[in-house]
Amino acid sequence: MKVLFKIKRFNPEKNEKPYFATYEIDAEPTDRVLDALHAIKWQLDGTLALRRSCGHGICGSDAMRINGRNYLACKVLIKNLKQPITVEPMMGFTVKKDLIVDMDPFFAKYRSIKPYLINNEETPAKERIQSPEDREKFDNTTKCILCGACTTACPSFWSNSNYIGPAAIVQAHRFIFDSRDKGAKERLSILDENSGVWRCRTIFNCTDACPRDIDVGRAIGEVKQAILKGST
Amino acid sequence: MNTHHQYDAVIVGAGGAGLMAALEASKVSGVSVAVVSKLYPTRSHTGTAQGGICAALGNVEPDSWEWHMFDTVKGGDYLGDQDAIEILCREAVDLIYELEHMGLPFNRRPDGRIDQRNFGGHTREFGKGPIKRACYAADRTGHMILQTLYQQCIKQEVTFFNEYHVFDLVLSEGRAAGVVAVSLETGEIHTFHTKSVLFATGGCGNMYQITSNAHTLTGDGMGIVFRRGIPLEDMEFFQFHPTGIYKMGILITEGARGEGGILRNGKGERFMERYAPTLLDLAPRDMISRAIYLEIREGRGIGGGDYVHLDLTHLDKEVVEKKLPDIADFVRTYLGIDPVKEQIPVQPTAHYAMGGIPTDVEGRVVIDEKGTILPGLYAAGETACVSVHGANRLGTNSLIDIIVFGRRGGRHMAHFAKGTEFATWPKDASSYLQEEIARLKEGKSQESAAAVRSELQETMMRDASVFRTESGLKQMEEKLRELQGRFKGIRISDVGNAYNTDLYEAFELGYLIDLSEAIVGGALARKESRGAHSREDYPKRNDAEWLKHTLCYQKNGKLELKYKPVVITKFQPQERKY
Repeated sequence: MKVLFKIKRFNPEKNEKPYFATYEIDAEPTDRVLDALHAIKWQLDGTLALRRSCGHGICGSDAMRINGRNYLACKVLIKNLKQPITVEPMMGFTVKKDLIVDMDPFFAKYRSIKPYLINNEETPAKERIQSPEDREKFDNTTKCILCGACTTACPSFWSNSNYIGPAAIVQAHRFIFDSRDKGAKERLSILDENSGVWRCRTIFNCTDACPRDIDVGRAIGEVKQAILKGST
Repeated sequence: MNTHHQYDAVIVGAGGAGLMAALEASKVSGVSVAVVSKLYPTRSHTGTAQGGICAALGNVEPDSWEWHMFDTVKGGDYLGDQDAIEILCREAVDLIYELEHMGLPFNRRPDGRIDQRNFGGHTREFGKGPIKRACYAADRTGHMILQTLYQQCIKQEVTFFNEYHVFDLVLSEGRAAGVVAVSLETGEIHTFHTKSVLFATGGCGNMYQITSNAHTLTGDGMGIVFRRGIPLEDMEFFQFHPTGIYKMGILITEGARGEGGILRNGKGERFMERYAPTLLDLAPRDMISRAIYLEIREGRGIGGGDYVHLDLTHLDKEVVEKKLPDIADFVRTYLGIDPVKEQIPVQPTAHYAMGGIPTDVEGRVVIDEKGTILPGLYAAGETACVSVHGANRLGTNSLIDIIVFGRRGGRHMAHFAKGTEFATWPKDASSYLQEEIARLKEGKSQESAAAVRSELQETMMRDASVFRTESGLKQMEEKLRELQGRFKGIRISDVGNAYNTDLYEAFELGYLIDLSEAIVGGALARKESRGAHSREDYPKRNDAEWLKHTLCYQKNGKLELKYKPVVITKFQPQERKY
C-alpha cells in the first residue's frame, strides 16, 4: 500500500529552522514505522538521520514523536496509525539533526540518582538471598531501556527542563525498592529536591508513552510515598 | 575540542564484553581507560539477549562445571579449544555471584537463591538429559547484564566517548598504537593514542537477509583488523537460531522451549522426535535449524510454506506472562497473535558468529598458526574467537563468554599498559580514513549502498546459510567479487558532516562484504560438515582432515587460508548425538 509520511527535518549545516518534508513510499500494513523510515532513507533521501539499533523495542534508540505521541519507531506498525504519518523528534530535547536529539542531559539526570546498587556490607561467598516477593517489588522498573519516551511526553518537563523527569525516577525506583540496596535515603533526598518528584503533576502521559509497559505513574507515586514516610 | 587523545587502554565497543573489560581495566591503579562506542552503551546488542546465562551453580539440581564443559565441547562439535572452555565453565560460577553482587536482578527460587532453567544442549552427567543451568532475569537477561555493567561503570566513573565510530586500527613498531574514529555529531576525525586496545564490537549478522542482529551489528572490529593483515578464525561457522519470528528474524528465546515450548510442522507433528530423541526441542541450535530446513524442504512447513510453529499454547498462561513477558509482547506487537492461545510462526534467523578475531585466553590477539601475539591488541566477546564455541555455540554461552573473557582481556590489557611505554604515533595515522571518506563522498555510480547491501543479504541467505554446497558457494564467491566492484563506486547522497549516517552505513557495508568473503572462502575450503557449517556434498564430519581451525587472511585483495590445531584436553571427539 502507499503510505504518506510527513517528517520534521533539520540539518544544522543547512537550515536555520526545522521544516516538514513529505514522502510517499510502498509499505506493508504490518511494517514498522522504522521499516518505512529505512525505505525513505534507503530509496528516496539518504540524508535523513535517525538513530536505531535492535529494531524490536529493546535498545531504546529510536524513540520519536509519531502522530503526536511518543513511540519507538520499531514498535509501532503502520496499520495502527492514521495517514499522513507525522514523525518528529522527541519534544523538549535539543535537536541535533532530523530525528536525532541531544541525549546527554537526559543521561546526566539518570546518573544523578546514583543508578547502581549501593551496599557496602561484605559480600557473601555466593549470591545474596532475596525472596521472590522482594524481587517482584521492583520487577516492573527493571524493564526501563532509557529511551526517553516518558520524560519527553511529560508536560512538567516541557515547562521546566530542570525537572529530573520520569525516566530518572523509574531508575531510582528500581534501586530504592530492591531489598539488597542500602542507598534509598540518599536517592530519596535527591528526589525530594526542587527539581525532583514533586514537579510531577500526575498527568500520566509517561505511563501512556512507555514502550515497555512500565507503570511509570505508579512508580513515581511509590517514590513520593517513600519520601513522605521516610522509608520504603 | 581536542581531536587527539591519549589513554593507556582504549576499549572499542560498549556491550557486555567492552563494559566488563572497562570495569576490570579501570580497577588497575594508574591506568587511564576510555571506552569508544558508536552507540550509547545501553543501546548495545547484549541488551537483547533474552533467555539466560549458564553456570553450574547447582541451585535447582546437582551440577558441575565439567558437565557444562562437556556440553560446550560437544555442542561445538569438538572444534572448541578445551583449555579455554574449561576456563569459561569454571569461572562462570563465581562470575554469576559477582554479577549478583553488582546488583543484577536474577529471578529467585522460593528460598531466595538464584533460579535456573533448562536451555538447549545443556545436560546432566555428560548428556543423560536436560539440566536446569541457565540463570535468568525473566526473558531480559541480557538487558539486565548490560544495565548492571553500565551502572557499575558509572559508579567507577569510567570515561566514555559515546557515538564515536572507530574505523581504523593504528599499528606502529609492531604493536597496537591506537584507533581512528569519527565523532558522529560533528564528523571530525579523532585519534586515540594508546598502549593497548581491545575490540569488543560484537557480531556481524547483517550480511544475511533474516537476522536477529541489530542493524548496527556490522562486524566493524573484525573488518578493521582484517584489513590490517590480521587473520579471522573459523568465520565459516555462523549460527542460525531456529526460532526467529517469521520474515522478521526477531529472536524468540530458546528459554521458550526451556519452559516447555514445542516445535511443530505443518502436520502438527513434534518433528524433533525424529532428529534428537533425547533432547528433542532442546537440542543444539544447529541441529534444530537444519531439522526445520529439512521439514520445509519435504513440504512439511506450515501450509507447505517456509516456516514452522513454536507452540506455547499448552503452557500455563502465568509461565508465558511471567517468565517470557518480552517475547509475548513481541508476538502480540508484530504478529498480532496471542502466544497463550495461538502458535507462533518461526524460521531460522542468522544469529551469531562463532568465528572472529583469534585470541588466547587472556584476550590477546594471535596472528598466526604458531600462536604469535600482536602486542597491545586485544579482542573479546562475539567479535573474538577464543575459541570456546567451536563450530556451534550453545545457548547462553555468549553471555558467559563476554563476562569471562571481557574480564580477562580488560585485566591483561591494563597490566600490559602499565608495564610499557606508548609506541610512536605515526604522522599519517588518519590518512587512510580521510582517503576513504573522500572516496565515498565522491562516488560516481548511481547505485546506493542500500541496493548493494540488500543484494548481499539475499544471496548470502540463499548460498551461505544453513545448508551449503560447492556450487552455491562458488556462485556466492563470484557474486562477492561483483559486489566488491560495485561497492567501490557507490553513491553517498549525504556529503555533510553532522550525523552522516548515510556515509557510515557505507563503511559498515564494506565490512560486511569483506567478512562475507571470509565466510564463503572458509566454507568452500572446508569439505566436511561440522556444527553450523553443513555441506550437503560432504555431509559427515571428517576429523582426520578437518579437526582444525581456519585462519583467513586478506592479502592484496585475495584470501589466504591457513590452519591451526584444536586444543583437546579432557574430551576426545565422539559422534555427536542428542
